[in-house]
Amino acid sequence: MNLGPHLTARRDAGASLLVPYVTGGLGDDWADVVRAVVDAGADAVEIGIPFSDPVMDGPTIQAASVRALEAGTTSTSILAEVRTLDVGVPLAVMTYCNLVFHAGCTRFAEALHAAGVDGAILPDLPLGEIDEWAAAADAAGVETVMLAAPNTTDARLDAICARSRGFLYGVSLMGITGERDSLATSAAEIARRAKAATDLPVLLGVGISTPEQAADASRAADGVVVGSALIARLLDGAGPDGAHDLVAAFRRALDGD
Amino acid sequence: MTDVATPATAATPPARGRPVALGPPGPEPTASGRFEGFGGQFVPETLIPALEELEAEFRVAWTSDGFRTEFADLLTNYAGRPTPVTECANLSDRLGVRVLLKREDLTHTGSHKINNVLGQALLTRRMGKRRVIAETGAGQHGVATATACALFGLDCTVFMGAVDVERQALNVWRMQLLGAEVVPVQSGSRTLKDAVNDALRDWVATVESTHYCIGSVVGPHPYPWIVREFQRVVGDEARAQCLAHLGRDPDVVIACVGGGSNAIGTFTGFVDSPARLIGVEAGGLGIESGRHGASVARGVPGVLHGARSLFLQDEAGQILEAHSISAGLDYPGVGPEHAGLAAAGRAEYVSATDEVALEGFRLLSETEGIVPALEPAHAIGWLARAAGNEVPAGATVLVTMSGRGDKDAAQVAEILRLR
Ligand SMILES: Cc1ncc(COP(=O)(O)O)c(C=O)c1O
Repeated sequence: MNLGPHLTARRDAGASLLVPYVTGGLGDDWADVVRAVVDAGADAVEIGIPFSDPVMDGPTIQAASVRALEAGTTSTSILAEVRTLDVGVPLAVMTYCNLVFHAGCTRFAEALHAAGVDGAILPDLPLGEIDEWAAAADAAGVETVMLAAPNTTDARLDAICARSRGFLYGVSLMGITGERDSLATSAAEIARRAKAATDLPVLLGVGISTPEQAADASRAADGVVVGSALIARLLDGAGPDGAHDLVAAFRRALDGD
Repeated sequence: MTDVATPATAATPPARGRPVALGPPGPEPTASGRFEGFGGQFVPETLIPALEELEAEFRVAWTSDGFRTEFADLLTNYAGRPTPVTECANLSDRLGVRVLLKREDLTHTGSHKINNVLGQALLTRRMGKRRVIAETGAGQHGVATATACALFGLDCTVFMGAVDVERQALNVWRMQLLGAEVVPVQSGSRTLKDAVNDALRDWVATVESTHYCIGSVVGPHPYPWIVREFQRVVGDEARAQCLAHLGRDPDVVIACVGGGSNAIGTFTGFVDSPARLIGVEAGGLGIESGRHGASVARGVPGVLHGARSLFLQDEAGQILEAHSISAGLDYPGVGPEHAGLAAAGRAEYVSATDEVALEGFRLLSETEGIVPALEPAHAIGWLARAAGNEVPAGATVLVTMSGRGDKDAAQVAEILRLR
């Protein structure tokens, strides 16, 4: 299944898109967590491949990464499990570019494709450095989702949108991942600018912490990515059931009921 | 920015008779910030505008007479440059090679780090930013940054691994005295690598008002280039001093390598000379133990802290923790220009273990009355063992004494007491 066509079709049918983030290898039951969030109404799932030095992540996702790495998680072990998932929605991997270059761009892209992963999000691989990876990803049929930040200039935003596949990831605030008390005022603005620049679905992520914030965000954007709010629950031992409950609450808020 | 304090140095006469003469701007990396393919800009999108602004500002500043005059003046009258090159007769007798030291230990704040920091403080003021963040390992870069911020009236936050906060307590207190906030970093290995991570995380949120003053020739483009240009005064001075004193270039030029700023600053002055260039990395408990900081010797190409370079990694591509007795060399990577010099074969990289560094620490103290920081003690210790073999007897050797050992005295005393 392809990320872009699937999300675009859902959006065009009137849905607000919901993409939860799950750290691969966080607990033995992380694959069940992925199944649970899909069951609760996720339109796609972002699967984190943990890296030792995640500079775009706050304490919550850092802690999840450490826990997964201490359990022996690798790109290979995660992709082996992803291959068996068969959840019926597209999957995108989110990781840091050292793991990609370490494996080699072509090998990594082909491994994603072979595991049934549709997209890739690499927050430390900006436009100026994207070419080698993008060529390999395009060739392997992996959609590279680009990120745009509140301080991205208009000219750059156009170029980022032109290079993005699957969806456009709008970083809702100036900062790293982690829960926030309120939705940043920059969120609506970057969503508005991105939507003016592309027909791709525009999703807001980073700091979207509650169903109310998600509903708010989806008034300007096509949907949201929810990371730390879910990971914090999982670190507290919520398990697949707890993940299901939380994501279902986000789904209801986005559906307006 | 008229409301930021401008240090009144312009009218003061040079303290040591002779002002610093900056060399002309040096060779630039490629447009994408590459040295032999290493370098680049692997950072979150949020940081791109700040890196573009910094590069544009530096480009203008570094070719402007006003900036260069002010920088040279600060180096002369505030930092106490030029630093001397000292002939080490006793040590030379002992080792059978002629040893000269480039005395960065004599600068204000006690290490070469002040050179870079004064340049970046001037850039910060030009960009109209009011807050500076920095990472520090040994605390020398943190102290230098806190010093410049006190001088320029800038807010200063220093990220320091919790392990380093312990082993460099004196420097923590100095930073606080200078008005800086020191944030102990609890993530990862709780050393320099993690301090850089947390500084980058802070910067992603505060980039519009804050300058990240990186302390070595690491990080995304344009940092490795800017920091090298601010540090090359070390090598440019030393080259001229050697020519005046020896009538020729030294045979061998040696510097310790953490991120690589004192080494690249030194090497740049000699890169077009016939001298052998040798970087000494942290050998920790021994290369074979796997617990070291020898990123050129044992690292593989990868991306960390915004640049493609050589990093210690496991088979899966996770960054490994470095190990060194010296907090300033406890870093699992090396600046991209060093990776380039190694690839091109222009510089050699060797390592000295913790034990060899301790030997160097005592040797220089006992023979010359100069207590080195543990970082350059690696270079001295390596030379003591290499003299007569890898470094032929009778060779003339310049070693960059990147800092003084006061900060390490308590730690070394404790290690020796326990024996
Ligand atoms: C005295 C001294 N020398 C060397 C270093 C290593 O840094 P670099 O390799 O950037 O010179 C440090 C770092 O803290 C230092 O304090």
